[in-house]
Amino acid sequence: MIEVKNLTKRYGDNLAVNDLSFTVEKGKIYGFLGPNGAGKSTTMNIITGCLAATSGTVVINGHDIFEDPVEAKKCIGYLPEQPPLYMDMTPREYLTFVAQAKGIERTDREYQINYAMEKTQIMGVQNRLIKNLSKGYKQRVGIAQAMLGSPEIIILDEPTVGLDPIQIIEIRDLIRSLAEDHTVILSSHILTEVAAVCNYVMIIAHGRLIASDTIENLSTYLVGSNILHMTVKGDVNRIRMAINTLANHAKTITYEENPEEHSAEIYNIDIETDRSADLRELAFNTFVEEHCVILKMVTEAIGLEDVFLKLTTEDDEEYAIAQEEAAIEARENAFAADKLDDDDDDDEDEDDTDDADDEDAEDDDDDDDDGEYKPMFS
Amino acid sequence: MFAIYKKELKNYFINMTGYIFIGFMLAITGIFTTLINLISTYPSFENVLSNITIVFLLIVPILTMRSVAEERHSKTDQLLYSLPVSVTQVVLAKYLAMFTVFLIPVGIISLYPLILSIFGTVYLGTAYGALLGFTLLGASLIAVGMFMSSLTESQVIAAVTSFGVIFAMYLMSAIASLIPAGAMASLVAFAIVVLIFAGVVYSLTKNSTVAGITAAAGAFILAGIYFINSSIFDGLFANVLNWLSVFDRFSTFTTGLFDLTSVVYYVSLIVLFVFATVQSVEKRRWS
Repeated sequence: MIEVKNLTKRYGDNLAVNDLSFTVEKGKIYGFLGPNGAGKSTTMNIITGCLAATSGTVVINGHDIFEDPVEAKKCIGYLPEQPPLYMDMTPREYLTFVAQAKGIERTDREYQINYAMEKTQIMGVQNRLIKNLSKGYKQRVGIAQAMLGSPEIIILDEPTVGLDPIQIIEIRDLIRSLAEDHTVILSSHILTEVAAVCNYVMIIAHGRLIASDTIENLSTYLVGSNILHMTVKGDVNRIRMAINTLANHAKTITYEENPEEHSAEIYNIDIETDRSADLRELAFNTFVEEHCVILKMVTEAIGLEDVFLKLTTEDDEEYAIAQEEAAIEARENAFAADKLDDDDDDDEDEDDTDDADDEDAEDDDDDDDDGEYKPMFS
Repeated sequence: MFAIYKKELKNYFINMTGYIFIGFMLAITGIFTTLINLISTYPSFENVLSNITIVFLLIVPILTMRSVAEERHSKTDQLLYSLPVSVTQVVLAKYLAMFTVFLIPVGIISLYPLILSIFGTVYLGTAYGALLGFTLLGASLIAVGMFMSSLTESQVIAAVTSFGVIFAMYLMSAIASLIPAGAMASLVAFAIVVLIFAGVVYSLTKNSTVAGITAAAGAFILAGIYFINSSIFDGLFANVLNWLSVFDRFSTFTTGLFDLTSVVYYVSLIVLFVFATVQSVEKRRWS
């Protein structure tokens, strides 16, 4: 649906987006994740035609956004970071204007506007001036605007920024319901948000794609561990016995007296295991044999938060070097035309887009030289 | 495109701009018509029009200042970029909306000669010829103001620069008369223009070589022409300034002449500045 190839955007000497390539398929919710200034908004602005790229191509449903912008833009609904609302209009007037400007047929217009307003729940405020609406409602009007013309792709730039927790939950639900009819791409610098809403994550730092995979795969392949948190009541020696038994099956085991509980003999135990291993049953039996009582037992996958931090901070260290290399490279071939052609040839060998994604991730990994992240390659 | 035109037009009457523009223009025209035609019983309406051109200095910036600058300021330009509409269509829609607002008072004014003719002999041909010139003058100034608005995010700066440029145009023939007619003086004046142009090139490209080459090429051409035939420069700069004097072109209309070259002049000026606005808006996408 969207094919981005070797996208580069340069502001003066500053490289905002650096050789970004990815594809977006139908019917999923994609999340652009990255720290502030990673190039998320710039990338989205380029995809939607609001900004011109320094080099690279964006093809939307077969229409190049630079060659054939009008057709390409018809496939996209876009909500920029700051909702582009005319404050002196009411939501209905505003949506009518956008519907007309998008060239929606007169007969279909009223229906589409009502549908968008119903879906975003702004029917109740449709005749109030937009400048008098709360931030949450303004955001909804912005999303309703993006829905008009039923574009196949809806792109939302930081849709929940500046909203209160209840509004955030409502907007998330709205985004999930949008995914029934549209492919949704959203950006965020908040990990839990992406984890809560998206099927597929692309982590961007310093304008480069450093990982792109489903959420489960990302955490699995990066760390590959489960942690079993337990709170156990019993005699110290007996607990030690039990831990010795379990140690054969686990990577690491730590235990400490629970500082929150005042009565003695309550211990917190953390058992780290391989992702594939499930120690819960064994742990239960072992502790029962030692006449200990399990008060709590929780399995936790190593969080995406850790993965995110790890990827983006590792990238920081490499960043200075990469930046210099890029600058030298840019000086050497000012137009980079030859290089682009070469890269295109490489990508054409990939028929399956899934593979192409992983290939990208792999490539980036190679640049980083960290050797730890090997998604989907087994 | 029509949707944007409609929205723009409506916008001028949601906030006060449209009413202020129309009201101010009608008030000034009314005062001068009363003074010249009614009280002094002078039969030519084109005289009124030639007296009220100064009103453009004030009302054109009021009309044009928000056109592009406000969209940029409130970030609604991103919506326009992401719509399946080209930048040229957006700019044209905005221009036509402003032109339409301008046509409303012109339409009302066009009744005045008819009303006056009830009370005496009015030369309707020259009156309406002058009104056409007046409309073209206003339309060109609106294009200039829109271009100024596209250069900045701030409505105030847009208004002040538009006023400055239109004021300079208004005084252009006076400035031209100050310049000595000698060839040397013209050469110096052109040299200064070349230097300013090179400075603009430098500020746009941040490339001292390109700016240097521009300045050197300009100086070389000027010096070359001067040495081959210095008489070309006799009064040339003053002539160029006169040629740029937008308001002066209108004065031929008020003398009862219908000057086709002036019509072409105004139309090309409009096209030039609308085009410049499109480029200025496009440039923002590239920077």
